[in-house]
Amino acid sequence: MAEEGQEHPISTYLWVWLLLFVLSAFSYAVDYVGFQGFTRWTLVLLFMFLKAYFICAVFMHMVWERMALVLGLFIPTFAIVVFIGIMGFESDYTQLSRKVFFDTGKPPTVYAVPHGKEHSKDHLGDEAH
Amino acid sequence: MSATSKVPLKDGMEGFVSDWASDQRAFKGVPWGKAMMWIFLLSDTFIFSIFLIGYMTARWSTVEPWPNTSEVFALTVNGVSVPLLLIAIMTFILITSSGTMAMAVRSGYQKKRKQAAALLYLTAILGLSFVGMQAFEWSKLIEEGIRPWENPFGARQFGSIFFMVTGFHGFHVSVGVIFLFITARKVLRGDYDTGRRGFFTWQKGRYEIVETMGLYWHFVDLVWVFIFAFFYLW
Repeated sequence: MAEEGQEHPISTYLWVWLLLFVLSAFSYAVDYVGFQGFTRWTLVLLFMFLKAYFICAVFMHMVWERMALVLGLFIPTFAIVVFIGIMGFESDYTQLSRKVFFDTGKPPTVYAVPHGKEHSKDHLGDEAH
Repeated sequence: MSATSKVPLKDGMEGFVSDWASDQRAFKGVPWGKAMMWIFLLSDTFIFSIFLIGYMTARWSTVEPWPNTSEVFALTVNGVSVPLLLIAIMTFILITSSGTMAMAVRSGYQKKRKQAAALLYLTAILGLSFVGMQAFEWSKLIEEGIRPWENPFGARQFGSIFFMVTGFHGFHVSVGVIFLFITARKVLRGDYDTGRRGFFTWQKGRYEIVETMGLYWHFVDLVWVFIFAFFYLW
């Protein structure tokens, strides 16, 4: 069994590089165009996972590795998904308790505006959560 | 390389089961250093995940408004405010450095010593410029009054999480840059052709080291993809 290094045609790398550029431009465009709410989150996640996939698969040579290594690294990351779920519940609960028990009835704090710009109302606060 | 080479290795899921059940090494056909780097990167994945989950928890549980990152990280160019401009440039620089790194690995395996070294130096310089821009971004935010314990634009946790997450990532980039310079110098000197022993481990290096270095560098890029999406764009 030879311990072979990963050697692939340069065109593969250049294509993936270009693809990552385009995907990054897309995710930046999401902010530039100003999508909000569900559209924004879906697009951000989509481009993020695509970029992550191509970096892992091609630049880190995952698609050419043996299944023992690929799954040995991939399966443990599901613990992260579980942890996200747990902390998601926890943060909702924490926010609820803060609203119920720590509401002083005073008017909300007024914060400074970055660079003195007007707040765009649809992005102020994070009322969804 | 070992006696097991007489037994043909199975592919796919069958290979996964037989490799892990082989009562020997689980990662066959992979150099030891590369397997160890992967395991380190897995543990690093958990560290960054915990940071990002901490960020999610803080942001979802706070009753104060979260600052609009699009405005906080905007840069004014010729009197026009462009959202997230610096962050976008940093993203493109890091992706470019990942591309040059991937090509350096390839040149290394082809024993193109000078080409590999040049690409490694280029990667390191791109990484250095990334760290420089991050330092600029930090100083800009500090000037505007954002602190780990304070934030004039909304929830205080914004400050703590910004400095913690980007700081930890920037530290990874900085360490990567140092090792890129070391690896580039070794490649240029021909250490991996002549089998010259390393100054620290006293082991003979091979061009696989460039690939292992590449794994770390691509990982840094990978983490940035997640930080960019969750912290800057969310």
